[in-house]
Amino acid sequence: MPELNLSSSPAHLRHGSNIGQPLTRRDGVLKVKGQATYAADNHPPGMLFAVMAVASIARGRVTSLDVAAAKRHPGVVDVMTPDHKPQLAIDPEIKTNPFVFRMEVLQSDEVRYANQPIAVVIAETLEAATEGAVLLAPRYETLPALVGLDAGESYVPPVVGVGNPTENHLGDVEAGLTAAEKQIDAIYETPPQYHNAMEPHAIVAAWNGDSLQIDMPTQGLMLSLARVAELFGIAHDKIHIRSPFLGGGFGSKGLMAGPPVLGIMAAKLVGKPVKLVLRREQMYGPVGHRAPTRQRLRIGTDGEGRLTALDHHARTVSSTFDDFYEPAADASHTLYASPAIRTSHDAVRVNTGTPLFMRAPGEATGSIALESAIDEMAWACGMDPLAFRLKNYAEVEPITGKPFSSKALRACYEQGAARFGWAKRSLQPRQMRDDAGLLVGWGMGTATFPALMFQAEARAVLRRDGSGAMEIGAHDMGQGAWTALAQIAADELGLDIDRVEFKAGSSDLPDAGIAGGSAHTATAGAAIHSAGAAVVAKLADLATNDERSPLFGAGNAGVIARDGRLIRRDDETRGESYVEILARAGVAEVEARGTGAPNPAAMEEYAMHAHGAVFAEVKVDPELGQVRVTRMVGAFAAGRIVNPHLVKSQLFGGMIWGMSFALHEEAITDRRSGRIMNANLGEYHIPVNADVPPLDVITVEEHDPHVNALGIKGVGEIGITGSAGAVANAVWHATGVRVRRFPIKIEELLTQR
Amino acid sequence: MKPFDYIRPATVAEAVAAAVQPGAVYLAAGTNLLDLMKGGVSRPDRLVDVTHLDGLDGIETLADGSLRIGTLVSNADLAHDANFAKSYPAVAEALLSGASAQLRNAATVGGNLLQRTRCAYFYDTASRCNKREAGLGCDARDGENRTHAVLGWSESCIATHPSDFCVPLLALDAVVEIEGRNGRREIALDALHRLPANTPERESALEPGDLVVAVRLPPAARGFATHARYLKVRERTSYAFAVVSAAAALRIENGKVAEARLALGGVAAKPWRARAAEDVLKGVTPTADAFQEAAWRALTDAKPSGDNAFKIELARRIVVRALTLAAAGTPARIPALPASPFASTSGAIHA
Ligand SMILES: Cc1cc2nc3c(=O)[nH]c(=O)nc-3n(C[C@H](O)[C@H](O)[C@H](O)COP(=O)(O)OP(=O)(O)OC[C@H]3O[C@@H](n4cnc5c(N)ncnc54)[C@H](O)[C@@H]3O)c2cc1C
Ligand code: SF4
Repeated sequence: MPELNLSSSPAHLRHGSNIGQPLTRRDGVLKVKGQATYAADNHPPGMLFAVMAVASIARGRVTSLDVAAAKRHPGVVDVMTPDHKPQLAIDPEIKTNPFVFRMEVLQSDEVRYANQPIAVVIAETLEAATEGAVLLAPRYETLPALVGLDAGESYVPPVVGVGNPTENHLGDVEAGLTAAEKQIDAIYETPPQYHNAMEPHAIVAAWNGDSLQIDMPTQGLMLSLARVAELFGIAHDKIHIRSPFLGGGFGSKGLMAGPPVLGIMAAKLVGKPVKLVLRREQMYGPVGHRAPTRQRLRIGTDGEGRLTALDHHARTVSSTFDDFYEPAADASHTLYASPAIRTSHDAVRVNTGTPLFMRAPGEATGSIALESAIDEMAWACGMDPLAFRLKNYAEVEPITGKPFSSKALRACYEQGAARFGWAKRSLQPRQMRDDAGLLVGWGMGTATFPALMFQAEARAVLRRDGSGAMEIGAHDMGQGAWTALAQIAADELGLDIDRVEFKAGSSDLPDAGIAGGSAHTATAGAAIHSAGAAVVAKLADLATNDERSPLFGAGNAGVIARDGRLIRRDDETRGESYVEILARAGVAEVEARGTGAPNPAAMEEYAMHAHGAVFAEVKVDPELGQVRVTRMVGAFAAGRIVNPHLVKSQLFGGMIWGMSFALHEEAITDRRSGRIMNANLGEYHIPVNADVPPLDVITVEEHDPHVNALGIKGVGEIGITGSAGAVANAVWHATGVRVRRFPIKIEELLTQR
Repeated sequence: MKPFDYIRPATVAEAVAAAVQPGAVYLAAGTNLLDLMKGGVSRPDRLVDVTHLDGLDGIETLADGSLRIGTLVSNADLAHDANFAKSYPAVAEALLSGASAQLRNAATVGGNLLQRTRCAYFYDTASRCNKREAGLGCDARDGENRTHAVLGWSESCIATHPSDFCVPLLALDAVVEIEGRNGRREIALDALHRLPANTPERESALEPGDLVVAVRLPPAARGFATHARYLKVRERTSYAFAVVSAAAALRIENGKVAEARLALGGVAAKPWRARAAEDVLKGVTPTADAFQEAAWRALTDAKPSGDNAFKIELARRIVVRALTLAAAGTPARIPALPASPFASTSGAIHA
């Protein structure tokens, strides 16, 4: 573990509660100074560089590689191919659990998608390895590639997302549609998208006998460790993974993918430490993506604009060799009350890498379609989109009928609309112009994301010198775990944050589960909470059982931990410092472990979701069709806010991503070859600074006694949902043109003058 | 990366001598060339680095009133030169609408002129591309080509020239000064880039060893300073190539167009001068109808090369708008969002 000197400016020191304070990120100074060590910054002595050669075809077989030419190149040490590689302990095609995805680690000469690794060149320099990979000049036997949403026969997958049912029914949708006064029936398409974390996937792997040291960004230290252990047939305690910082992950660094495994294999082959870093274009294949969708929404309403039926079908794709299905239609389960709801999915197989979780998987794709359709339905009913949403407000979770553990969505609508000035919106589209003659449009969308919990463990320590420690193998992907989790730790230990040694980002710490599903703060926080409570209880035992202590006889329930002291709950003048208690007891420290986990009973009883309302203003050039978002307001209710500053950043990021979804992002796939033609950050467009207007985020007060002990819901993903639809709806309101294929393109808006 | 020789000549003559050899290329700021090398698209044997040559980084007004811009002047320095921006506002606006601030700080005049197409199939070495390798075929022709050419293309190549800078330069009759094996010569910018015909691999009039040393704007170019604009439609507000762009410059006397200049970007393998449109504007009152007529003339010969018919209609609309903006007069300051349809949006953030 590199030495971390986390900073915390004195202005932020607070006595009492750390939770709720807007601390700036404690690793910020390290990052600004370039002192935060990312995986690829490690250079163990003797390290060699590995570069993957990747397939330029999407389907077929590699028939030859000019290994001799690559090896002749000065500096090249070895070339790893299907014929020359270390043996793995198990077949990588075997799925040992649902979180294992098939990967290409040179087990055969088959090519299943473009950019699949087909060989690895190991050299003394990056340049030599790169040129060696070119010199391999692969030849192929090429088969016609399966590309796009109509690539072949469709089928109904067994499950979508992580074990969700493919279909869900409530009531009689067809009857509801027949009985409806007004109906819409519309088809929306979303493109393939790639995570494109700023930091490419990277690994530095070093074998020392049969033990293995790995530097690699991961959102799931223990899942990765377990996968490495089974692939290489070594015990868990022989593997150490360090992942103190990630330059973003968004789901693509959650599970072990092929490329880092190739790095470990390469290190084994040459018997030296090896670094393998993906080139940007190599991230468009073996490390996951968001699958394209085609979604049909049929909605009916009665004469007053109340839903009578909601039918949401999503077509998506998976790879030819594994299964992951974007659960897009599931977005219709939670938001709008309807007596009849049906959601269903089907899929076709195409030659791509297997799709994967990408920030708000299912919710993002489903939300832009649902929120567009709701907007279309409101217009068909002649109603204001907000009034329409309020009319169909779900008091209980529509698909299950369960009450919500908490739901402050009404307050989100109210506060967001007031801040935005929504009341002044014209009902008709193409009515508003600015001084320069640009069309102005206002749109909204509802945001939602489930409040999930996984499993985690933490270890807490209180020391005789008055300091404490909290250890948890948590992950900071840039979201701010180093700060937010340390705030929780400080409160649970009853110490100032600077008195707590907070350790995270390493596999030799207790398992924090996966940083995904917007559940990391809640899950790791719950573990920290219970570990802290347990260690304080131990300390309290020492005091309350000791006649010499002023706390003698207070009992566990009777003391509070605050500012490094235990205090009698019923008499705050009586207390004792941790230092005194431990010194008298003659122990150097007390320690305890605690776990965080979902509460099945509460989950059975309640539907748990975060909610929000996003309002967007766009301007569109009436003749030229170029679009610009000029204002966005998002009001979100997500339970307890641990750090308002970091939470805002997450919500900003999500809203920008939503804008990106509506207007920019698309992997352009050649329909013949299945190759991605814009696999670089110059041409794969995401918003740049000039695209991002002032964003306004409101966090709406919400107290949730059921989700977990701390009342935390996630904020990592919800910002995308609602936002994408809000921007799309604003484009319609500006232009009167309803674009149903995303991202919205200039040519779609050239229809009118 | 493929090994290559790196040469840093002391004089222009040495540079030309070093670059004459097959496999040699000039390296300016490298913002385009190095990307191409990293992608394996260009695999030169020798780089002749011209960035250390003396005397090529000046901006000077010549005795006859023309302006001479040395090839090593950076895109940013040129755009931010106050006198330059005042005299040739559309050129400054075009420069500032290109790439990003970081790239503009590095990119040079010569490099900008001679930057290669952004056709994705040209960049993708697994695709067939006649420009990359003569005779291989063109995978863009039936591929993902919604941004490709609508003018001057051939069955062998439908790529566009991506430069913004070149578009107003062409409208203003810029001249390119070249140092070659046989000494110095100059050609019109219009003659620098070639249309593809059957030889898309031959992109310019430059011969082996030819070094662009300067670009010159003739005295008449100043005459348009009060009515000159560049307009660029793109898929995000900044840091994107033009879908279609136009430079419009007018000389207005007594309420009539004495002379009009019009060029389009993003539509052909070269910046595209629309002389027929200029002709219909001569002597007329600058009205919407006249600009519409000019727009139709400018695109008479346009035809889609794929899924890009919309670019023809878009180009017409851009021409009308650019002429309208030019007629309205050059703004006192270059807008914070240069060349953007959103240039007038108040509170704009700088691009
Ligand atoms: C992400 C990205 C976005 C961009 N966006 C835009 C945009 O919106 N608009 C735009 O116009 N441009 C854009 N560009 C392109 C940019 O303008 C060019 O890369 C730049 O102008 C090239 O200049 P350079 O000095 O770096 O040339 P180099 O990369 O060094 O050279 C480019 C080519 O010109 C040749 N060359 C250079 N100097 C001379 C000379 N004096 N004589 C003869 N040949 C010479 C080189 O041999 C090479 O073939 C973008 C580039 C990138 C990477
Ligand atoms: S359009 Fe031109 S540059 Fe593009 S692939 Fe075809 S030949 Fe090559």
